[in-house]
Amino acid sequence: MTVLDTPPAVTATWTAVCRLDDLAPERGAAALVDGEQLALFRLVDDSVLAVQQQDPFCGAFVLSRGIVGTRHVADEVVPTVASPMHKQVFDLRTGACLDPVGKAPVLGLAADLRTWPVRVVDGIVEVGGPAVSDGPAGGGA
Amino acid sequence: MTQHLVVVGGGMVAQRLVEAMRDRDADGRWRITVLAEEPRRPYDRVALTSYFSGRDADDLALGDASLWDDPLVSLRRDDKVVAIDRAARTVTTERGRTEPYDHLVLATGSSAWVPPIEGADLEGVFVYRTVDDVAALRGYVEQLKATKPVVRGAVLGGGLLGLEAAGALQALGAQATVLQVGTHLMSTQIDLGGGEALRRLINGLGVGVRLNAMTTRIRPHRRGGVGRLDMADGGRVDVDVVVVAAGVRPRDELARAADLVIGERGGVVVDDSCLSSDPHISAVGEVACIQGQCVGLVAPGYAMAEVAVDRLLGGAAQFPGADTATKLKLAGVDVASFGDAFGTTEGALEVVWADPVAGVYKKLVLSDDARTLLGGVLVGDASAYASLRPMLGRELPGDPAAFLLPEGGAGAPDLELPDDASVCSCNNVSAGTIRGAVTEHGCTDVGAVKACTKAGTSCGSCLPLVKKLVGTELAKQGITVSSALCEHFALSRAQLYDAIRVAGVTSFTEVVARFGTDLAGRGCDICKPAVASILATTAPAHVLEGERAALQDTNDHVMANLQKDGSYSVVPRIPGGEVTPEGLITIGEVAQEFGLYTKITGGQRIDLFGARIDQLPLIWQRLVDAGFESGHAYGKSLRTVKSCVGSTWCRFGVQDSVALAVLLELRYRGLRSPHKIKLGVSGCARECAEARGKDVGVIATDKGWNLYVGGNGGFTPRHARLLAEDLDTETLIRTIDRFLLYYVRTADRLQRTAPWVDEVEGGLEGVRAVVLDDSLGIAADLDAQMARHVEEYEDEWRATLEDPEKLRRFASFVNAPDTADPSLAYVPERGQARPATADERAAAERGEPVLVAGTTLEVRA
Ligand SMILES: Cc1cc2nc3c(=O)[nH]c(=O)nc-3n(C[C@H](O)[C@H](O)[C@H](O)COP(=O)(O)OP(=O)(O)OC[C@H]3O[C@@H](n4cnc5c(N)ncnc54)[C@H](O)[C@@H]3O)c2cc1C
Ligand code: SF4
Ligand code: FES
Repeated sequence: MTVLDTPPAVTATWTAVCRLDDLAPERGAAALVDGEQLALFRLVDDSVLAVQQQDPFCGAFVLSRGIVGTRHVADEVVPTVASPMHKQVFDLRTGACLDPVGKAPVLGLAADLRTWPVRVVDGIVEVGGPAVSDGPAGGGA
Repeated sequence: MTQHLVVVGGGMVAQRLVEAMRDRDADGRWRITVLAEEPRRPYDRVALTSYFSGRDADDLALGDASLWDDPLVSLRRDDKVVAIDRAARTVTTERGRTEPYDHLVLATGSSAWVPPIEGADLEGVFVYRTVDDVAALRGYVEQLKATKPVVRGAVLGGGLLGLEAAGALQALGAQATVLQVGTHLMSTQIDLGGGEALRRLINGLGVGVRLNAMTTRIRPHRRGGVGRLDMADGGRVDVDVVVVAAGVRPRDELARAADLVIGERGGVVVDDSCLSSDPHISAVGEVACIQGQCVGLVAPGYAMAEVAVDRLLGGAAQFPGADTATKLKLAGVDVASFGDAFGTTEGALEVVWADPVAGVYKKLVLSDDARTLLGGVLVGDASAYASLRPMLGRELPGDPAAFLLPEGGAGAPDLELPDDASVCSCNNVSAGTIRGAVTEHGCTDVGAVKACTKAGTSCGSCLPLVKKLVGTELAKQGITVSSALCEHFALSRAQLYDAIRVAGVTSFTEVVARFGTDLAGRGCDICKPAVASILATTAPAHVLEGERAALQDTNDHVMANLQKDGSYSVVPRIPGGEVTPEGLITIGEVAQEFGLYTKITGGQRIDLFGARIDQLPLIWQRLVDAGFESGHAYGKSLRTVKSCVGSTWCRFGVQDSVALAVLLELRYRGLRSPHKIKLGVSGCARECAEARGKDVGVIATDKGWNLYVGGNGGFTPRHARLLAEDLDTETLIRTIDRFLLYYVRTADRLQRTAPWVDEVEGGLEGVRAVVLDDSLGIAADLDAQMARHVEEYEDEWRATLEDPEKLRRFASFVNAPDTADPSLAYVPERGQARPATADERAAAERGEPVLVAGTTLEVRA
């Protein structure tokens, strides 16, 4: 499970990625930041979250194309994305895999996703770096 | 040493006996020979009437056919036993075979009883007992229909069988009148009040009923065949065909000749272990006179078969008494009777509820303290039958009247059935056995429980209860098979469909607000596509319209099929598989230009693989410009209508199958449904289009089209079953319209038509009643809904290309729309590209010479 121990807003450098308007509500979009593939998700409240684009359960870079939803986890309503490939479900805030649907990750990848801090300033979506966890490295093969 | 068991008769009970023996006799103590008069394997006589619609005698097959391949079982068909030599312990058959036995079982059933009146042997007078009887009746009526505009049929006898026969006559296109000797219909099972309600229901189906109508003579027509019935009261009835359903008589002739003890009203007298007066001979089924009576129902026969087998294996089983509960199998008329239906028990009380307007009559018979259920009659609405029957002899919880009120009223209290309550009387399965199938044998759905326990595999009337028990048991184990869609909706897909349709809501937010479990919930990968699919037919709009875009699976969202490496495949529609050379060239050019791997699909079209998300609009611009449109290969929707070349070219074709296929494909294109739908059209009975492997299969006949439904290939292949015959094109289309929309409205998420037909109310018969006879009164609504679909259809790719807002969704990266996904890599194989494997990628990264490239790189350079 990812632990947010460093307050990212303080230490991070911010990269402007796109306008909030460029993102469709309750869907994802892929973004290329420092040569890495990210999946950005705009939620119903217009907040934006970012996780790795690579699906650890198949290796393909497709998570931005999953269905965005919510799931009850211990009395909390968690925003989620389901992989478009084989339906594994991930917590969009922490990257934690909530349901591996009986499968194991491929290529030695971790089941939980790497996440990035995101903020929206004056309608511009900015992604913070460095990453807040040491999950698997993204990037093209 | 192996002993030899000889069974006389190859009917339903014989089949069960052999099955039970092979199930339990693990050491092979008994070798079994079945000597059968009929020329076929034992079949489901109870479902005989469906032979009119199913047509295929194979559809009546009972149990697992491999039973007859068992080396210890031998079945001799078409060889009647003519004598038993008890002293020598042998039987002799008509063909002269002599078979020695260690033990003999008589399972010869009954024959239809024909009253000894003049003319009963005329041509055109039929009985209704075997496949051959039914085939002969069908042939006769069809022959009459060819020359007469109206064929008048009469059924002598207003019991269960007579009413079923009247329904069958009507289904064959004849008029039907039931002549009942007594004061009311089904007088063995129901009382006068119920009979009166039943008569109204039967009349409502267009079947005539005459009571107190004793036929004294059958008169020939001057041109041959039957012509008229003379009645005892001096009246006459003109007829062209007569079915005698006046009762049955046990076939005890062999036993009589062998001097076994015979019952007062016939039948081989047996004790509770099914042994006759000869300890080497048992009798089971309808031929047995057990506890003083012969019972004309299959469930007691099955119970006897189990008892006889147990005894042969050294057990001490006893016949538990006959369960005489019955349910009429006539579409549109719900009648059931069970237990002491006439209230003959001392001090019995009756609770009656009648609604003459709705044609409903219900009665419960209770013990003198009004608590213990003794029996009942349900006419017009027998929905409570499955749950009440197992409560026989037990105390009902709460007010008994609650069970009689219409459904949706106060509601009957939930019955917690005791483990020993019999749920499926055909197969003698108790509530405990069904629970055990879930708790001990790991069954997780009704299908598995049916296979494991046999419950619900015969007449099917217990299925609602089986479903409920399985559901409850699974829920107790924390396995939610509740029909709830997911955590966001407590409704099943069918319920949600109705709710959305009736409420007229058009957006996901409204749907969540009205029907969701939690306002804060925003759906998931299960309910969102389901709601998108429902809205697509209740409130049609583009897949990417507003909030709907957020509901779609990636396939629907980009209108292409996601492949394993994250690229997509593209399938333009090729209606009926008919394509011009120019069209083929365009597809070839597009594939070449974008470096797409090209393959012919099983649905007679062309699949182009390896398109990047950002290439999709470019590819489609080319295709749309050349006149192609979306093939919906990505959608849970109509896929293709496969066809053979048909009468325009084929030497054998009798109809233009391609023209019909094109028409159907253009009609149903884009229709969103619970799962994919495939159609097929063949130009003659040779069936080159393999239409019976499709959800909807159409096969040309000399007179029109035969329509089959519920077929599919895949994991559990199924042949489609006949829904209607010789339809003209207009009726065919209307029927398919209704079939598809009835499916769209009521199927579960991801349920294909085959399991849907099995599970929907009334099975195939029920579907037929809805789409052909409008039994639910929704046909006009379905027709209007399909008309709207056809009217409002637009090519969703064309519409997308015309809308810059929608095109923005196809960017590879939101901040670098011109950069192609760097992760995609391909290697050549047999002259085309395929995704590189992990090893090949690794090798390329190490700098080894493996050809790895994005699809378009080579060709575009
Ligand atoms: C149209 C119809 C609908 C029915 N609906 C229902 C229903 O809804 N519910 C219900 O419980 N029951 C129903 N029944 C009754 C049910 O079919 C019978 O109770 C059941 O088939 C009895 O089984 P059986 O094996 O005793 O006799 P059968 O199934 O009649 O089998 C007896 C077999 O023995 C053969 N035979 C006879 N004599 C000889 C001989 N000498 N040598 C060799 N073979 C011989 C016969 O040809 C026959 O094939 C219905 C019956 C019909 C006809
Ligand atoms: S099904 Fe009949 S019409 Fe069609 S191709 Fe085959 S033989 Fe010819
Ligand atoms: S009661 Fe007939 S199948 Fe169960």
